[in-house]
Amino acid sequence: MTHERVEETLSRCLELSRADQTEVVVKASRTYLTRYATNYVHQNTAETDAEVWVRAVLGKKIGMATAKVLDDETLRRTVRRAEDIARVSPDLPDFASLPDVTAAGGPVESPAYSKATAECTAEERARGVGRVCALAAKYGFEAAGAFSTGVSVLAVANSLGVRRYAEMTRASLTAIVIGPSGSGYAEDLGVDAGRLDVDRVAETAVGKCRDAQDPVAVEPGEYEVVLEAPAVADLVTYLAYLGLGALAVQEGRSFMCGRLGQKVTGEKFTLWDDGTDPSGMPLPFDFEGVRRQKVVLIEGGVARDVVYDSYTAGREGGRKSTGHALPPMMHYGPMPLNLFVEPGDADLESMVRGTKRGLLVTRFHYTNPVHPVLTTLTGMTRDGTFLIEGGKVGRPVKNLRFTDSILGAFEGIEALSRETWLSEMFGFGAVRAPAMKLASFKFTGVTQH
Amino acid sequence: MRFEHEDWRELSRRALEHIKGKVDYADIRFVSRDGQSVEVKNGAVEGVTLTQDSGFGVRVLKDGCWGFASSSTPGLDEVLRVAEEAVAIAKASSLVPGHRAVLAPARAVEDVWRSPYKKDPFEVKLEDKLELLLEAERRVREGGGGKVVVAQAGTAARREAKSFASTEGSYIEQTITEAGAGLTAYAVGPGELQRRTYPNGDRDLSGLYGWEAIEQLDLVGQAERVGREAAELVEAKPCPSGVTDVILDSTQMVLQIHESCGHPTELDRVFGTEAGYAGTSFLTPDKLGKLRYGSEHVTLVADATVPHGLGTFKYDDEGVPGQRTVLVDRGLFSNYLTSRETAERLGQESNGTMRADGWNRMPLIRMTNINLEPGDWTLEEMIRDTKDGLLMEINRSWSIDDKRLNFQFGCEVAWEIKDGSVGEMVKNPNYTGITPEFWSSCDAVADRDHWRLWGTPNCGKGEPSQIMHVGHGASPTRFRKVRVGVGR
Repeated sequence: MTHERVEETLSRCLELSRADQTEVVVKASRTYLTRYATNYVHQNTAETDAEVWVRAVLGKKIGMATAKVLDDETLRRTVRRAEDIARVSPDLPDFASLPDVTAAGGPVESPAYSKATAECTAEERARGVGRVCALAAKYGFEAAGAFSTGVSVLAVANSLGVRRYAEMTRASLTAIVIGPSGSGYAEDLGVDAGRLDVDRVAETAVGKCRDAQDPVAVEPGEYEVVLEAPAVADLVTYLAYLGLGALAVQEGRSFMCGRLGQKVTGEKFTLWDDGTDPSGMPLPFDFEGVRRQKVVLIEGGVARDVVYDSYTAGREGGRKSTGHALPPMMHYGPMPLNLFVEPGDADLESMVRGTKRGLLVTRFHYTNPVHPVLTTLTGMTRDGTFLIEGGKVGRPVKNLRFTDSILGAFEGIEALSRETWLSEMFGFGAVRAPAMKLASFKFTGVTQH
Repeated sequence: MRFEHEDWRELSRRALEHIKGKVDYADIRFVSRDGQSVEVKNGAVEGVTLTQDSGFGVRVLKDGCWGFASSSTPGLDEVLRVAEEAVAIAKASSLVPGHRAVLAPARAVEDVWRSPYKKDPFEVKLEDKLELLLEAERRVREGGGGKVVVAQAGTAARREAKSFASTEGSYIEQTITEAGAGLTAYAVGPGELQRRTYPNGDRDLSGLYGWEAIEQLDLVGQAERVGREAAELVEAKPCPSGVTDVILDSTQMVLQIHESCGHPTELDRVFGTEAGYAGTSFLTPDKLGKLRYGSEHVTLVADATVPHGLGTFKYDDEGVPGQRTVLVDRGLFSNYLTSRETAERLGQESNGTMRADGWNRMPLIRMTNINLEPGDWTLEEMIRDTKDGLLMEINRSWSIDDKRLNFQFGCEVAWEIKDGSVGEMVKNPNYTGITPEFWSSCDAVADRDHWRLWGTPNCGKGEPSQIMHVGHGASPTRFRKVRVGVGR
């Protein structure tokens, strides 16, 4: 969908609207995914999509309608539907206004576009996948994963003068290499498909797989752990989901309730959100068109702030949106999607050397909250879990289940790596995190592989 | 140009005609979805949303390699462009050597099917929906006193019209209407957040129904209890930690069946094609017909034909009729959920479980309605027969390993069972196990009168992500010597 066509669609919807305030969002994308398993491509897809969302405001009444077809008749019908819904809806008492130009912040740049990603072909993705499969096959292993590329447009306009347009690309490669009794994992994610390090991903996953064969079972219990970056990113993602948005705090559901300014983790932990940092997956404005601000969430272990959209900011008088609105049909409230964990000065090797008896965890699988206020999560280790004894990585171990409070575990952060890695967050955001050494982490079960 | 339903057949014919000389097989699906969700929260309308989504996808098989392309842009030119794109992608797939797909035979079908309902949920006035939801939500808050900080009521409806056409001569149109509603209460206390829902978790779409399903739920009549129990949970005693007998209500059996039987019997997962995402399965083909999956009380079926199930349809997205297949027969692992490609690898024909989440996704093997056959106990008999245990209701937390063996599930609420009687309420109940060991500990299943078919509208699988609507039928079921209260 061309920039001109997107702008026309925004303008036309605003023209058609008779509401007091109107917001129009256009989302368009071309996405490609080459999926592979057992060393062959089993799914290879392309998708061309466009969508418009209209939010109509009548006083404090709000209606929402969406459409996929963007011809004039459909746009007219969609705007009318949003208005009709608003008309019969009761007031949303805390609603103040859609953001105006001042609230939306100044101009933004979109640093997240790569021509190489936008023009990446099915053949290029297949060749990348072929390199991973060939290396796995060389060692008698089987590789699985996905190579995806895509270009997307997000455009927001409202009747108060806000107007935003961003074109972004995203590329990712994941590889799980599976041997007879163990597996290894590696990933790469970025704006530029040309900079994905296919060979590093293949070599890392194959190397892990080689080391992971013939695992032994260890007893569940509390262990020192060295978490590689994907494992850290997984835990941080759930912290964000459980309580780093203003709505969760306002409703009393968040672990941050009543704790701003207080110590919630060990002092080595600092976490912020920054949608403009090009070392993440930048998205310069939110789904209301508000410029994303850098928000420090936890600093030196002290709870500092949560993120806001215009609705939650309006409920607190003097607050302003920090530019973290989700799509309006999602009722979850604002959420940070561009997270950064502050690195330390260690490296993976020194963390292992500093571990008397512990576990090295490549990543977690199927993590889910057990107790949101205590930040207790459960999940499994996966694709490379190793015993560390006397400062050295030893035998691979069968996968373990953890059940532990994340804030509690982060009390005991002993070291963080200098190097950081970028990981997916729910498929659309991203977390840049270092590896992490924890003094203690609770494992409550073990599986058979 | 818009997507007009009546154009689908002709556009399908033109697309398939355009590429049939270049491929070994092709199909094209048009899908149009209308959705409406109405949510109220804490005395206000949180959102009323009308969604419309339509487009088409072309899937081709060339030299054993798949290509798929899709678009939401209407018009013959785009249909032909996308068909060509699918062919080009299939060619790119063949650059990586390895397994090549062969399809099991399937009969060509021409048919039209609409799921039945009594009262069109899209025709019910929005004002009437809001009145019902606001009243129910108000009573949730009343029931919870000051402890309920979030009270919600919602209803949802979806209508999916779709066509399937293949180079083998099938042309099928199906229209599926779904509806449902639910209540949620969150209550807080010092260091505590508790949730209670009705009828079963965050499941606003309960089955292939019209508005009549919502009328039968009696949201207003249930609301006070939902709020009250959420508040009581804050003060309830914690789940004990140890080993005990557990009776899972049908609401929690939904999740138990879904994660530990439904997903591991998907034959594409067994063959490794989900390894890159949520993992594979312990149910490898060498175990078929041999593995003791559970006790003799455990018979699990996949049934796409059961009326009103959220996993009910007449044809899957390969044009294969929906069927009833026994997966576990009195404890013995007996069959898989299959597609034309995977069934062929076992020398079988597809049992019709391929579905796609819309026009822009390739079909995958998905659960239909995966049901535990009823036993002959009443719930009261089961409780009387339990000396020491827990009765658990409605899932709140779930996690299972990448071969579907080690699981840990949490529920909204449990009640103690002491000497054959139900006792005090227990908060934060959870339990853990290894799938075949757990199902082998099953010694009682409640009868048909206690059996309920539930909808699960949030089953995730695949990359790009596909969310599927599936169903699970079960009655209260007892498991002996289960580890509970994990992580305390």
